Amino acid sequence: MKQSALPANRPWSRRPLVQIVLSRAREFYREPEAVFWVYGFPLLMVVALGIAFRNQPERPIAVDVVASAQGEVAQTALENNQRFQVRVADLAACRERLRLGKTDLVVISAAGEAQRYDYWFDPGRPESALARSAVDDALQRAAGRTDPVPTGDQQMTDPGGRYIDFLVPGLLGMSLMGGGLWGVGFVTVDMRIRKLLKRLLATPMRKSDFLAGIMLSRLLFMIPEVLVLLVFARLAFGVRNQGHTLSLLVLVLLGAFSFSGLGLLVASRAKTLEAVSGLMNLVMLPMWVLSGIFFSPERFPAAAQPFIRALPLTQLIDATRAVMLEGASLAAQAGNVVALAAWGLISFLLALKLFRWN
Amino acid sequence: MFAIRATNLKKQYEGRPPVEAVRGLDLAVEVGECFGLLGPNGAGKTTTIEILEGLLTATSGDVEILGLRWGRDDQAIRERIGISLQETKLAEKLTVRETLELFRSFYAQGIEPAAAMQQVSLEEKQNTWVAKLSGGQRQRLAVACALVGDPELLFLDEPTTGLDPQSRRQLWDIIRDFGRQGRTVLLTTHYMDEAERLCNRVAIVNAGQVIALGTPRELIASLGGEQVIEFSLQRTDAHAVPAETFAGLPAVQAARQEAHHYSLSVSEAHVTLPALLATLEAHGLAMANLTTRHASLEDVFVHLTGRHINEEAAS
Ligand SMILES: Nc1ncnc2c1ncn2[C@@H]1O[C@H](COP(=O)(O)OP(=O)(O)O)[C@@H](O)[C@H]1O
Ligand SMILES: [Mg+2]
Repeated sequence: MKQSALPANRPWSRRPLVQIVLSRAREFYREPEAVFWVYGFPLLMVVALGIAFRNQPERPIAVDVVASAQGEVAQTALENNQRFQVRVADLAACRERLRLGKTDLVVISAAGEAQRYDYWFDPGRPESALARSAVDDALQRAAGRTDPVPTGDQQMTDPGGRYIDFLVPGLLGMSLMGGGLWGVGFVTVDMRIRKLLKRLLATPMRKSDFLAGIMLSRLLFMIPEVLVLLVFARLAFGVRNQGHTLSLLVLVLLGAFSFSGLGLLVASRAKTLEAVSGLMNLVMLPMWVLSGIFFSPERFPAAAQPFIRALPLTQLIDATRAVMLEGASLAAQAGNVVALAAWGLISFLLALKLFRWN
Repeated sequence: MFAIRATNLKKQYEGRPPVEAVRGLDLAVEVGECFGLLGPNGAGKTTTIEILEGLLTATSGDVEILGLRWGRDDQAIRERIGISLQETKLAEKLTVRETLELFRSFYAQGIEPAAAMQQVSLEEKQNTWVAKLSGGQRQRLAVACALVGDPELLFLDEPTTGLDPQSRRQLWDIIRDFGRQGRTVLLTTHYMDEAERLCNRVAIVNAGQVIALGTPRELIASLGGEQVIEFSLQRTDAHAVPAETFAGLPAVQAARQEAHHYSLSVSEAHVTLPALLATLEAHGLAMANLTTRHASLEDVFVHLTGRHINEEAAS
């Protein structure tokens, strides 16, 4: 008869948790597509958004002036100002260009002896509305208006205050959520479909070891992912962490923990990849929309705030922004931190209870 | 001492309509035996073996594994059994060695992965990804995963289905080696030759019940005749000749007809043959072809159920 050896006596390489994490890591890094999607995708996202929202020199305002005698006066006045890019065309052509968004504003000059301008613009397009007031200002001044109070401009471009600074913690949260849920969910359901889970159930492996191993391996994959994102944001856009590095690290690990736990829960009973995808989208959609990846969730009505605050992605992004943008300490974010940890822990325990092995 | 005991095992799968996969099955496998569950597809073999492995719960009935019980001694049983499922797709991108290291880590006691590889002759493939293995090699790896925990009791569900003859023989050798150490094997199969050559005892399973039990020799002997005469007739369209025509011939134990083909179970072929030829001549019939062979488990199954185990293969 075999005598049972305590697991503690085993060399580290014979521990189930170690072997499960090792196996997952090997499988992951031997799958080049998966590696690309996990590491390449968030990077592409930062690059694209960084380019879209970079602090660019002001774009010239495109103005079309309808050809007429009076129109030439407006044309001259606007061409004196570098901000405007002026074109002259007949009414039908101007109108078509405005409709297609090729110009921001059309200026129509009244034909009679009284001087008058009519502006044709699209109030739904911010740049069109902006063009209307800028052009009006310029034309009024050219016609002799003087401003009663002198004014000056200063631009806000300090690190930490730009949109890209706001965006990076959002993207960080988003990729932790996606990586945790998709990564854990798909792998688990795939193993269920292949009857690998059933095979494992027939061994003395502890179920908690398996689930913890899956979560832990996902946590490990996310460290390089997050690192890539942060280093790139730093080099390309000068995005810096105003807070403590350790605080950020704790938040990243906590986020990865929380979302891989949620991934296990979502995948705990699903029998097909379609089912788990559907569930995953159901879980992620509210967070994508409400948790403030791209803009502050405070814009949503006050009645919705308690619900929004209860979402793990809101808690993660909120705390990460506080640390990265304001240099807050983790203690100051205790509410978010505890809530996030609770999400992960409760999901894990529930998954352990509900998990379907065959 | 029994390695496996099951009494009045029943399993009903929910659904519309519910499927009664196992209907009152009894089993007692002794320590050191290689025991086979032989039956056609859908007989309930997988359901039975998975109940014994603790992967399915029976609707009713009683199971004892190595004197222990599921629900009470789960971990203890799992430490002492090894299994291979009817179909498992092991991780494609792990090597043979890595797969065995993984499985080895689950057991408190076991053999070295290298030893398991040696037992199934996969040493040369130890650094090959599972994805690159042939069907037979994969199946041997599956068995190695079962062996790496150094089990006393091995469960194999259709270990050689779909494999080429050489791979099947390799697996038989592995199973025999395991049995030589005095350990117990329960395997399911729908191949007669496998059951006949490998198993000390066989339970023939049909529609969720054991319909015959014994050593292959005993089962074949139960037919009364250990030889089979098979023949067909020329011009079968003339008029159907019922099988009973031949049932009364000397030394014939049973006569069956299948399409234009007759099959006689006989105790002594040399006694029956002259009488058979005489009868045919008296009826003005001519024989198209004739074979005699030793009876097999297939004949036992056909005798008991009127069907072949592998319907598609037989037709
Ligand atoms: N999960 C299931 N749900 C419903 N019916 C099932 C399920 N598994 C097997 N069956 C049915 O139970 C019967 C026995 O199946 P199985 O035990 O797999 O037989 P065998 O292994 O002998 O081919 C078959 O009729 C099969 O269709
Ligand atoms: Mg089966």
